[in-house]
Amino acid sequence: MTIYGTALLAACVLIGLFIGDVLGTAIGVKANVGGVGFSMILLIFASEYLRKRDLLPTPTKEGVHFWSAIYIPVVVAMAAQQNVVAAVKGGPAAILAGALATAVCYALIPVIARIGTKAPIADAKVQAE
Amino acid sequence: MEKILVDVLTKNGLLTGFAVIGLTMLVSYWLSSRFTRGKLHGSAIAIMLGLALAYVSGLFTGGQKGVADIPLLTGVGLLGGAMIRDFAITATAFGVNFQEIRKAGLSGVVSLLVGVVLSFVIGAAVAAAFGYTDAVSMATIGAGAVTYIVGPVTGAAIGASSDVIALSIAAGLVKAILVMVASPFFAPRIGLDNPRTAMVFGGMMGTTSGVCGALAAIDPKLVPYGAMTSTFYTGLGCLLGPSVLFLATQALVG
Repeated sequence: MTIYGTALLAACVLIGLFIGDVLGTAIGVKANVGGVGFSMILLIFASEYLRKRDLLPTPTKEGVHFWSAIYIPVVVAMAAQQNVVAAVKGGPAAILAGALATAVCYALIPVIARIGTKAPIADAKVQAE
Repeated sequence: MEKILVDVLTKNGLLTGFAVIGLTMLVSYWLSSRFTRGKLHGSAIAIMLGLALAYVSGLFTGGQKGVADIPLLTGVGLLGGAMIRDFAITATAFGVNFQEIRKAGLSGVVSLLVGVVLSFVIGAAVAAAFGYTDAVSMATIGAGAVTYIVGPVTGAAIGASSDVIALSIAAGLVKAILVMVASPFFAPRIGLDNPRTAMVFGGMMGTTSGVCGALAAIDPKLVPYGAMTSTFYTGLGCLLGPSVLFLATQALVG
């Protein structure tokens, strides 16, 4: 039944957010620490477990797939309720702080993405050949 | 008649939200294929349209929640609110390959630390350049450059004034919007087309709304990977901002 999939998803999100809040309280932070991240990991493991035992028929999957397909419209709805006026009104200091932080971090992405890969060794091999 | 119609639309807010957002998507995808031949992705246009509507609504209502401040459109607020957002983001993990996440684990963790610290330093430096030279203001605006949640959390913890806190929120909002709108254009240049880079992208930029909006426009398959790391970013920022990073700023500025 489709509701099984949606219920599984809901359970994962609730447990994940609970872990995030407990973790936040434990380290004295006024925020949910990684709640959605934990939810996602739970869902990955739960679906893996069920798939192996053949307990994940198509209707159940559809109960999750619908929500993952509705994701982009949800992001649009989220964009539509940002406080854009405040961002623009913040003046040059706020705009520059935000924009510069974004630009520099963005430019460094390829450097960080190389960490832990064997790319340099592969390059050396190409050169040797 | 008109009153009855408005009543129905407000009473069934979430449904109005579905209809309004559905229409926005339809218009955006039409604009995308008609005028950019699909080059500028429909979802990117939809997000920009959403932000523009939020700006116009903000000007008219004077509120802080974009179109959600218009009584008729409170349902859009519900649809894009924290509950449905977390639900839908988690659902995207359903098709994720766990091996990919394990492989990119180290660079993901490094990107989180570098992303938070670097954003903070740049934000604090810009604050100083604009004359906010005391440690509390520098740290608060620096934290705002991390995300718009870390800014006020840090500011409240170390006793910043409300105008500095407002500035830190604005810095974070600028970041979220810029990540959402600008990253898709530069994605090919930084090789943002695979799960590993998407995870690093999430860790470096951190703003969950910005990251997920951008990845949705680049390649929806990458959304869960970026979301995975970015969801730890705000927590890490709230942890480091009022503590280590503030103390370091104080030691530096005196």
